[in-house]
Amino acid sequence: MSSTTGTDRVKRGLADMLKGGVIMDVVTPEQARIAEDAGAVAVMALERVPADIRAQGGVARMSDPDLIEAIIAEVSIPVMAKARIGHFVEAQVLQALKVDYIDESEVLSPADYVHHIDKWPFTVPFVCGATNLGEALRRINEGAAMIRSKGEAGTGDVSEATKHIRTITAEIRALTALSKDELYVAAKELQAPYDLVAEIAGTGRLPVVLFTAGGVATPADAAMMMQLGADGVFVGSGIFKSGEPAKRAAAIVKATTFYDDPTVIAEVSRGLGEAMVGISVADVPAPHRLAERGW
Amino acid sequence: MTGPRVGVLALQGDVREHARVLAGLGADVVTVRRPEDLAGVDGLVLPGGESSVIDKLARAYGLRQPIRDAIASGLPVLGTCAGLILLADHVTGAIAGQETFGGLDITVRRNAFGSQAESFETDLDVPAFGGPPVHAAFIRAPLVERIGPGVRPLAVLPDGRIVAVQQGALLGTAFHPEVTGETRFHQRLLDAVATSTPVPGGAEGAPIPALTKLTP
Repeated sequence: MSSTTGTDRVKRGLADMLKGGVIMDVVTPEQARIAEDAGAVAVMALERVPADIRAQGGVARMSDPDLIEAIIAEVSIPVMAKARIGHFVEAQVLQALKVDYIDESEVLSPADYVHHIDKWPFTVPFVCGATNLGEALRRINEGAAMIRSKGEAGTGDVSEATKHIRTITAEIRALTALSKDELYVAAKELQAPYDLVAEIAGTGRLPVVLFTAGGVATPADAAMMMQLGADGVFVGSGIFKSGEPAKRAAAIVKATTFYDDPTVIAEVSRGLGEAMVGISVADVPAPHRLAERGW
Repeated sequence: MTGPRVGVLALQGDVREHARVLAGLGADVVTVRRPEDLAGVDGLVLPGGESSVIDKLARAYGLRQPIRDAIASGLPVLGTCAGLILLADHVTGAIAGQETFGGLDITVRRNAFGSQAESFETDLDVPAFGGPPVHAAFIRAPLVERIGPGVRPLAVLPDGRIVAVQQGALLGTAFHPEVTGETRFHQRLLDAVATSTPVPGGAEGAPIPALTKLTP
């Protein structure tokens, strides 16, 4: 009997196994070890967390393969890494490095202002950001096996994450209330393929896992994202830009599992030291808002 | 009339997929995140996910010992992928300090096939089921490297490596029947529930003989 790798089912399936978990940005093998020990379900290997990319400016690219390999060697949980939007060769390199998931990410500088990567030919699955349902469906149509709402990375301000997860879930709910003959126009307005729109109108959920990202800095932030309907949480700068990363990481993991239990969230929120300082999204000038990258 | 009450350990992982299969088979499904959620449960599923994370949360919230006690007193349990690891008495490739519930006299290797690029789908013959082969999805899957004398292999890969086992009322698969529409493993769990005799006193049942041992 033959076996097949890189199927849609195993690509989407890995994201299913991450549900209810926290995926943490790490920039060194030591941070990856702290993240795994704290209960991360996966780590995102990168050279600079979004807060530093934002502070230092310049073009942000795929990380050094040596760094990615060192992080893969350090941990037993899945390792993700970022490619620039549209940079299919960075994605080919990440696949050759045997990362477990590729994040085609607005946090890096886009390599193509028209096209995203055609993700279907890859064996390794992709996660992509989205600010609304239409964007999520365009990414799924291109082969994304997991979606994360974008938020505004590197700010520590959760308001954009809230807006994006609320937008996506509200747009899904709205679709389920439409009659069959209204779905054609809905697809046109969402700028998304009709078949995906019709599927979601029937099931009431995305055909892939939906995480949230961008500005999550506290256990309560993570729990709020879960209560708003996220399947799990990405935490970028929020952990290793804080006073006590190991403690904060473990607390966010617990708050994600017990997201509907305020007693647990209160307990794990005690004595975490300083949260990342952050910047208010309102103070980020529009050209520097990462969430607007992606088409 | 309601079906048997089956818990799905819901600390992390593909809880929803298991709940859907069980509900489709007529079970009364409850999610288990606290020791008190185990009350009145006739069977338990340990889902796919990250075994190191589920273990950590189970210990932090006082679930490990109650689940060990329930297994010792004969509670039927199905574990898939991470769940198989959590049911194993011995694990290789575990992270430092990782523990399991134990119960299955087997040694399991974590991430036995490598990275996600090696994740695959295949058809498996399961002689115990008869009928058509099982369509199986292996996702960063573990493998059973050793089985004790009381353990029955239910499925093997073409090269003979063991990927599904049963020991008494405990069932484990290295793959994910819950994501391929395969219901026969869950049905087998429900069959075990139907024939099992509850041990009075539950927690005071026979202790698990071997301590969990893990090799990093």
